[in-house]
Amino acid sequence: MNIAVCVKQVPDASDVKIDKATGTMVRDGVPSILNPFDAYAVEEAIALKEKHGGNVTALTMGPPQAAEVLRHVVAMGVDDVMLLSDRAFAGADTWATSYTLGLGLKRLDNLDLVICGKQAIDGDTAQVGPGVAVNLGLPFVAYVRKVIEVGGGKMKVERLIEDGYEVVEVELPAVITVVKEINSPRMPSLKGKMKAKKLEVAPLSAADLGAILENIGLPGSPTKVVKVFSPPPKGKRETLVGTPDEQVSALVDRLAGIKVI
Amino acid sequence: MGIIVKVDLCTGCESCVNECPFGAIEIKDDVAVIGDKCNLCGACVEACPVYAIEMTEEQAGAPAADLSAYQGLWIFAEQRVGKVAPVAYELLGEGRRLADALGTELSAVLMGAGLDAEAKALIEGGADRVYLVDDASLNEFHEDTYASVLSDLIEEYKPEIVLAGATSIGRAYIPMVATKVRTGLTADCTMLGVDLEKRMLLQTRPAFGGNIMATIVCPGHRPQMATIRPGVLKRAAADPARKGEVVKSVPRARLVSKSKLLEVIEEAGHSINISEAEVIVAGGRGMGGEKGFALLKDLADALGGVVGATRAAVDSGWMPYPHQIGQTGRTVSPKLYIACGISGAIQHLAGMQSSDVIVAINKDPNATIFNVADYGIVGDVFEVVPALIKKLRESRG
Ligand SMILES: Cc1cc2nc3c(=O)[nH]c(=O)nc-3n(C[C@H](O)[C@H](O)[C@H](O)COP(=O)(O)OP(=O)(O)OC[C@H]3O[C@@H](n4cnc5c(N)ncnc54)[C@H](O)[C@@H]3O)c2cc1C
Ligand SMILES: Nc1ncnc2c1ncn2[C@@H]1O[C@H](COP(=O)(O)O)[C@@H](O)[C@H]1O
Repeated sequence: MNIAVCVKQVPDASDVKIDKATGTMVRDGVPSILNPFDAYAVEEAIALKEKHGGNVTALTMGPPQAAEVLRHVVAMGVDDVMLLSDRAFAGADTWATSYTLGLGLKRLDNLDLVICGKQAIDGDTAQVGPGVAVNLGLPFVAYVRKVIEVGGGKMKVERLIEDGYEVVEVELPAVITVVKEINSPRMPSLKGKMKAKKLEVAPLSAADLGAILENIGLPGSPTKVVKVFSPPPKGKRETLVGTPDEQVSALVDRLAGIKVI
Repeated sequence: MGIIVKVDLCTGCESCVNECPFGAIEIKDDVAVIGDKCNLCGACVEACPVYAIEMTEEQAGAPAADLSAYQGLWIFAEQRVGKVAPVAYELLGEGRRLADALGTELSAVLMGAGLDAEAKALIEGGADRVYLVDDASLNEFHEDTYASVLSDLIEEYKPEIVLAGATSIGRAYIPMVATKVRTGLTADCTMLGVDLEKRMLLQTRPAFGGNIMATIVCPGHRPQMATIRPGVLKRAAADPARKGEVVKSVPRARLVSKSKLLEVIEEAGHSINISEAEVIVAGGRGMGGEKGFALLKDLADALGGVVGATRAAVDSGWMPYPHQIGQTGRTVSPKLYIACGISGAIQHLAGMQSSDVIVAINKDPNATIFNVADYGIVGDVFEVVPALIKKLRESRG
C-alpha cells in the first residue's frame, strides 16, 4: 500500500496558559508540535504499511521550520517526506491549503490511501481532509476510528457518528480522516531518530508545484478573518455556600428560577 | 504578504507580540518584525496602540463574476433514518431572522425518499421553500453523493448563504461542497450576524480551543457557507399555519457512491448523542471510578440528560470514548452542563464552554472550572451529587 499522510505543525495548546489579569492567552515560548490528531494518522499509515507492505510519505505545507514535524514523523517510521514551503502559500485558508496539498499529493505515484487527522488544533476546522479528497477526485470517509480490513481494491472501516458508529466499505484510492480512538501513536525509535537527523528536506515552491497563483495563499483564500478577540468572560461565577443540602437547595432554586429545570 | 509594519511609527511596545495568536511577531532593534508563522489574521492591527500595523488591500482574491446573481438563504436539513435533526430547526430559527433582515427567502434542502412529512415540518419551522431531493440512495449518508447533490443544487439555484449543522454529517461533507463550488466555509460557528450594507455574513467561531474568537467573512465568493454548532442557535416555535413550497428535484446524474454502508451500530446501554442533549452531567477524574459514573447516571436520569466525561475519565476506562467532551472529543452546548470532579483544563473547556448554564462541583476552590461556571459548589461530589439527586426527586414528588 502506498500511503500519504498530511501533517501540520501547530502551537502546543497544552502549554498555553491564560493570563488571569487580562484573560488572554500567554503564548511566549510556546513550542511547536506535530498536530496531535496527525500522530494518529501517521501511526495508522505505518501500521498499515507494516501489514501490507508499501511506502508512507508525509506531507506538510508550512514555513521552512515545519521541516521539524517531518523529522519527527520520520523518527516514528515514515519513509519519505514532502515539504511545501513558499511565501506565496502564507495566509492560506482551508480552501487554498487543500488545493496546495492536493498538488503535492498528485506528485505521488500509485497512491492507495491518504490519511489526515480529524482536525488541526490551532484552527479546529476539520475541513482540509475533505477538501483534499475533492482536489484529488477521490472518495472520502470522515472520523475513522478503526480500519477493519484492506483488500481487493477496497477498505472496510468503522467511522464515528453521533450515537455510535457505522461500518463503511470504500473503494481505494480514498482519503480518510482519523480520530483519537483509532490507535496509540508509537514513540520515535532510535533508528528512526538517526534517520531523521540525517534527513535533508528540500522544499517545493509554488512554481515547483505548478500552482495557479489565484488559488494559493491569501489571494486563493475565499475567507478572511476580520476580527480576533478574547471570548467574553464566561459564567456568573456565583459560589453557593453552606452544607451540601443547603448548596443543592440553592442550586435547584437558581436553576428553577431561570427555567433550566 | 498583506500586513506591513510602519517602521517610523512602531515604538517596539510589544502589544502586537502579546496579541499574536501564532507567535509570529518578534521585536528586532525596537521594531516589530512579522515572521513566517503569520496567518494574516489581523489581531496585531487592532492591538497596535500607535496604528503602526496595517493590512494591505491587494490581499482578497479576485471576486467571483457576479455576486448579486446569488440570492436566498439555504439551510441543509440533515436527516438520519428519515428524521430531521434538531439542529436543522435551530438553523431555520436563525435563518428566518437573517433572511428577513436581508429581505430574502429562506429555503431548506432535504435529501432522501419518503420525507414529505418532514418537508412539511420544515415549512412549519420557518422555511419558505424546501428543495426535496427525492432519491432513495440519499436515505443513507455518503460523503460523495451528498456533496455532488448539494453542489449541483447550489450551481443551479445560486443561493447567497448556505448554513449546515456542525454535526458529523455536516462537518464531513460540507467542506467538499465548498471546495467544489470554490467558495469559503467557516467551521463550527457559535454566532452569526450580517453586515446589511455589504450583504456579508459575519461568522464567529472559537479557535485555539476556545482561547480566542474570530469573526470571518467571505467577501468575494458566493455562496457564503458556514457550519454551526448544534445547540447554540434558538429554534423558532413551529407554526402549523405557515405556507411554503416543496420543490422536488431529482439528482442530475445517477447517484453511485464509491462507499457502501454495511452496518450502523448504536452504542448500547445508554443514549450517547451528547452533541444534541439539552442536559449533560459530566464527570472527571474526581469521580474516582465507574461507581462515581453510575452516580452521575442517576443524576442525569433525574434531569433527563446524558453523561459526559473528560479525557482523564475516558483514558481511565470509566466511560467509553464517544462520551468524551473537549478538544479531542465532542463539542457540546447544552442548556445545562454540570461538571463534577472536573478541573477545567483548556482542552476540556474547548468542548463545553458554549453551554448555556454551567454548574461546577469540585472540592478544590481554585479549580479553573469555576472560572467558566455560573454556579459553583465547592464540595465533595460524593456528598453533593447524592444530595442533589435526592432534592430533585423530592421536588418532582
Ligand atoms: C492534545 C490534548 C488534547 C486533549 N483533549 C482533551 C479533551 O478532548 N477532553 C478533555 O477532557 N481533556 C482533554 N485533554 C486532557 C486535559 O488536558 C486534562 O488532562 C483533562 O481534561 C483533565 O481531566 P479531569 O478534569 O477529569 O482530571 P483532573 O485534572 O485530574 O481533575 C480532577 C478534579 O476533580 C476534583 N476532585 C477530586 N476528587 C473530588 C471529589 N471527591 N469531589 C469533588 N471534586 C473532586 C479535583 O479537585 C480536580 O479538580 C487533552 C490534552 C491534550 C494534551
Ligand atoms: N498545512 C498543512 N499541511 C499538511 N497537512 C495539513 C495542513 N493543514 C491541515 N492539514 C491536514 O488536515 C487535517 C485537518 O486540518 P484542519 O482542516 O486545518 O482542521 C490535519 O489534521 C492535517 O492532517
